[in-house]
This record gives sequence, C-alpha cells and structure tokens, in this order.
Amino acid sequence: MEIVLDGVSKVINGETHLNSITLQLTSGATNVILGHTLAGKTSLLRLMAGLDRPTKGRIFLDGRDVTGLFVRKRSVAMVYQQFINYPSMTVYDNIASPLKMSGLPSADIDRKVRAAAATLHIDRLLDRMPAELSGGQQQRTAIARSLVKDTELLLLDEPLVNLDYKLREELQAELQDIFRARKAIVVYTTTEPSEALMLGGNLVVMDEGRILQTGPTSSVYHHPSTTRVAQVVSDPPINFLPGVVAGGKARLGRDIDIAMTGHLSAVPDGEYAFGVRPNHLFLHAQGAGNVEISVKVELAEINGSETFIHVSHGDLHLVLQEDGIHPRYIGSNITVYANPGCFFVYEKPGRLLASPFGAG
Amino acid sequence: MNKWENNRAWLLTVPVLVIVAFSSIIPLMTVVNYSVQDIFGPGQSLFVGTEMYKNVLRDARLHEALWRQFLFSGLVLLIEIPLGIALALAMPKKGWGVSFSLVVMALPLLIPWNTIGSIWIIFVRPDIGLFGAFVNNVLGIGFDHTARPLDAWITTLLMEIWHWTPLVALLAYAGLRAIPEVYYQAAKIDGASPWATFRYIQLPKMRGVLTIAVLLRFMDSFLIYAEPFVLTGGGPGNSTTFLSIYLVKLALGQFDLGTAGAFSLIYFLIIEILCFVFYQVLKNVGKGTGT
Repeated sequence: MEIVLDGVSKVINGETHLNSITLQLTSGATNVILGHTLAGKTSLLRLMAGLDRPTKGRIFLDGRDVTGLFVRKRSVAMVYQQFINYPSMTVYDNIASPLKMSGLPSADIDRKVRAAAATLHIDRLLDRMPAELSGGQQQRTAIARSLVKDTELLLLDEPLVNLDYKLREELQAELQDIFRARKAIVVYTTTEPSEALMLGGNLVVMDEGRILQTGPTSSVYHHPSTTRVAQVVSDPPINFLPGVVAGGKARLGRDIDIAMTGHLSAVPDGEYAFGVRPNHLFLHAQGAGNVEISVKVELAEINGSETFIHVSHGDLHLVLQEDGIHPRYIGSNITVYANPGCFFVYEKPGRLLASPFGAG
Repeated sequence: MNKWENNRAWLLTVPVLVIVAFSSIIPLMTVVNYSVQDIFGPGQSLFVGTEMYKNVLRDARLHEALWRQFLFSGLVLLIEIPLGIALALAMPKKGWGVSFSLVVMALPLLIPWNTIGSIWIIFVRPDIGLFGAFVNNVLGIGFDHTARPLDAWITTLLMEIWHWTPLVALLAYAGLRAIPEVYYQAAKIDGASPWATFRYIQLPKMRGVLTIAVLLRFMDSFLIYAEPFVLTGGGPGNSTTFLSIYLVKLALGQFDLGTAGAFSLIYFLIIEILCFVFYQVLKNVGKGTGT
C-alpha cells in the first residue's frame, strides 16, 4: 500500500502551514517524519487522515484520489501526543469503540480487543477507567485503540513525547515490533533524531512547512543534504565552523588548522561551513591526526547518562556529547579533540559537499 | 514531628476564622438562640426548648410551602440544565460571535433580583405587557398571573429560567471550551456520530462544571425570594408562597421569631443535606460501567 501526496499545500488565514509537499509513503517500513516544533508535521498528518482538506494538491491512496474524502469514510487510525481516551468508558470499551462503530459481531470484537490489549500488555487493566491509569498505561490504551482495527493508515503524532524517559524507551522497542507486524502504512512524527534513528525505516525531514530531505533513515543521517537538515537530524545540534580551504589545508575559525585528507581531499579551495556532530568531539585524543582545540567550559548539562559540554574557542561555540557523567567547572580550560575524518563540509549556501560516509 | 514545634503559621488562619465567625457562625448561633425561646418583645422571652421545632414540623402551611419549593426547584433543574447545555453547544466557538454571545448571555445575570420581578410584572401584564397582551389579545388565551395559580407558576418559572439559564450555559460553555480539539479528531477518526461525541466526550468532560451548575441552581432556586415576592407576593392565595416567602411572613409579618428561627435551621439543614447528596451522586456518575 502507498499514500502519495502530490504538491499539497495548506494555507490557514494567509499563513502557509505546508508548502507544496510531494511525498510517497509505503507500507512495510516505518515512515518517520522528523522536524522541530511547528515544522508542519501535525498538519501533514491531519491531511493524510482526512481531518483537513489541502488548499492545493491531491492525495492518493493506492492510486485512488482521496483528497476530498471525509475522514469517516477513510480507513485510518491515529495516536496523539496527549493521551486521548473516552473518559467515561473502561479500557475495554475504549479499545472496542472503533470496532463498535463499524458494527462487528461482539465475539469478534472481544477477540480483537483482547489481542490488542495483550500486545500492549494492558490485558489486566481492561476494567479500569482511563483516569485510574498512569500516563504510560493511558497511552498504551490509546495505541491499542488505534491497532484494534486493521486500518490502511496508522498515524502516530509524537506519541511518546509526554512519557518519561524509561517508558519511552520501553514503548519505542515494543512499537518497532508492532509496526513490523502491521500491513498498514505507518507514519510516525517526532522531534527527536534519536527516536527516528531507533525506529529506522524511512525518514522525512521537515522544516517550516517544507520537506527538506527524504530517504532511508541511515542514508539521511549520513548524508544530510543541507546545513538545516544536519541541524534537524542531530541533537544536540551539529556544530558548524566557518572554514577556508587552500592548498590541501583548511583553517577553521581563526587558528584551527586541519589537513584536507581522506574524504576531504576532493574539496576544492574556497570558503565552507565545516560540520561536526557533538558525539564526534572528544575529551581525549582518539588517534593520530586529531585536531586539538583549547577551549573554555561554558556549561555542562547532564542529560540522562550523557553529558553535553558547551565550550567556547574565541568567538566559536561548540557542544560536545560525552557518554557518562563529566562534571566540568565553568570557566575552566580544557582541550577538545576532533577527528577531521568526521567532518561534514557544506558549501556556503548550505549544500553538502563531502560526507565522512562517502558519496550519497 | 519536630519541625511542627513552635510553628506559629496557624496564626495566619486567624483572619479567616474571624471573618467566618462574624459572617456565619455567630449569626447562625443567634438563630439557634431564637429558636429555643418564645420572644414577646425586646428583653421579654421565655425558654421553651424544642417547642418551636415541634410547632414547625406540625405546621401544615409549611409542609405545603416545602412541597411547593421542591416542585419548583425540581422543575428549574430539569429545564435549566438541559437548556443551558443546549445553549452552550449552540454558541459560536470563534470569531466576534463569541464575545457577542457571552455579553448577551450575561446580561440577565447583571440585573438585581427585585428589578427582575418588576420587569416581569410589566412584561406579563394583560393590558400593556408585551407577553401578557400578546397571549391575551393575539392568541386569545386568558392569562393573568395575579388571578390564576397556574399562570403565576408559569410566570415565576419563565422568569427564573430567563434569569439563570445563562449561568448554566456559561459554565457549560467554559467546560466545552476546555476540551482539547484532539478529542473531537479522535472521535471523527473512530467514526463517532455527533450524539456519541456528545455522550462520550462532551458530557463526561463537562461533569465538573455541571456539578457546580446543579448545586448553584439548586441552592439558589431553593432560596428564591425577591422575584416571586415582587411579582406575586406569594399569591394568588398561597400558590407561589415558597419557603423563604413563608419564612419572612412568619418572622416579620407575625413577629414569630422563635418559630422562624427553628424553621430557618430546618431550612438550612435541608439545603445542606440535599447539596451533599447531589454532590455525591454527581461525583460518581459515569464512573460505573460507563458503556
């Protein structure tokens, strides 16, 4: 199955929410839409679901034009960021609700509800009311509700964003298996690159109502086509250093010199933006050819089992991502190591010229 | 428990205690004091124990007023709550219509009680009243709230509904507006009908505000005084003599302070108990099987 969006735009009150989106999503692999808040992810899902009509463009489901088809006539299920369940119904009735509307025999309903509940490990909570459940259990109920009916489209709009870290990891792992077992076209939106990488499949990078890049997730991660894509697919955001290449060497900032070897050797002389991901900057030398940058610590954030260290070198600001907890004193001087083999190089307007992962 | 030692924070509650004492506890105790005495005049009174309570409970006219009051409050709730919800559902959700309808709805709430009575006296007058003259002369139906008990009831009910349904509507509207848009989306995707959306999303989500609306409207209608007093003075006959009108007749008209005091306390208890029952029932509605 496939859903095709052909030049779809959505304008509300003169404000462009989606700008001529052309996209093809298929079943069989999880489609992840990655973008910052207000990138247009939810607007896009609403169009696919049929909750909104596009201002321009057409939507096709398996070749059928469904652009004007009302949501009730479509075969779609959706999970939201908020935990949406019917407040006065038990978990059982909540999961059964989409089936009841379609008038299935009650024996079939019972079998399907119990199967969906078992998949999400809420089979012991079927008699509870949503208000008596934890956030994770409420979202499990909502997900079970979306799975109970075999819909053509399964849309998940940042479903795990309101859950705590531990629950999120748990559900991410479970969802991968659930998606694999479905025939539906699965579309999943998130703001977090790590979540997109974990779910794998195909990645659609969105920003300001436009699609910046699409492709298999690992390919987009390894070849972010523009500086903006590189920023969106990296959290904390990728570091950019202005650099001038001349005669097989590059000078980054004012005084950091690197040799243009390996994947960098093909870059012609000129001015570029050099990108390096925070997890490719190190506190210890990683081998020969590392660039040493002496920096001053501005801030050290401890994020779960990682530490983000914000440092400055003259007027350059860099962020390092280190495994483990590394308390650093603000204002102390340390040395940071970077491997030129991990640098992305972008032309000044932002087009990718060299990736450490070879030609895209 | 050490940290509670020498804690003077409770002093901060003193202002509240003083205000509550003067606003409710002391006046209530004064009434209790009246209710156990037979008072002939200033400084002349006789302790009679529970005599007044016995009188009150045996008073046939009071029983009539009580049933009349229950009927009135019951009708008020049965009409105002569904009507208020219907109005809230019909009110616009965005644009200039929102503020317009809010202002229009709130207008009756801003008018003083006795003015409401005066407005309606004129409104239903058979000779010059817009409503009264229309019904009598155009429709040809004899309508006179001063002569017929049924007409007096209809007028009082209409007045009460006109005055207070907007409050229910505004509360219900606030409850509706608090429902996130995604609930409606989810219902649409499920293929739920408008009725199912109302029954399973809007109504349960409005439970809190509707509980408040029911309690407020019950208490207020049970205490109704100024409007029927101005409109009919409790007549014709005793047909619109509600509890508080009868109470004032006893206390001021007949200077029967002891009986009126006992009556007030019983009145107070009835309201207290009914509100408690309503609250408990409404709190648990929809928590059962909920199918």
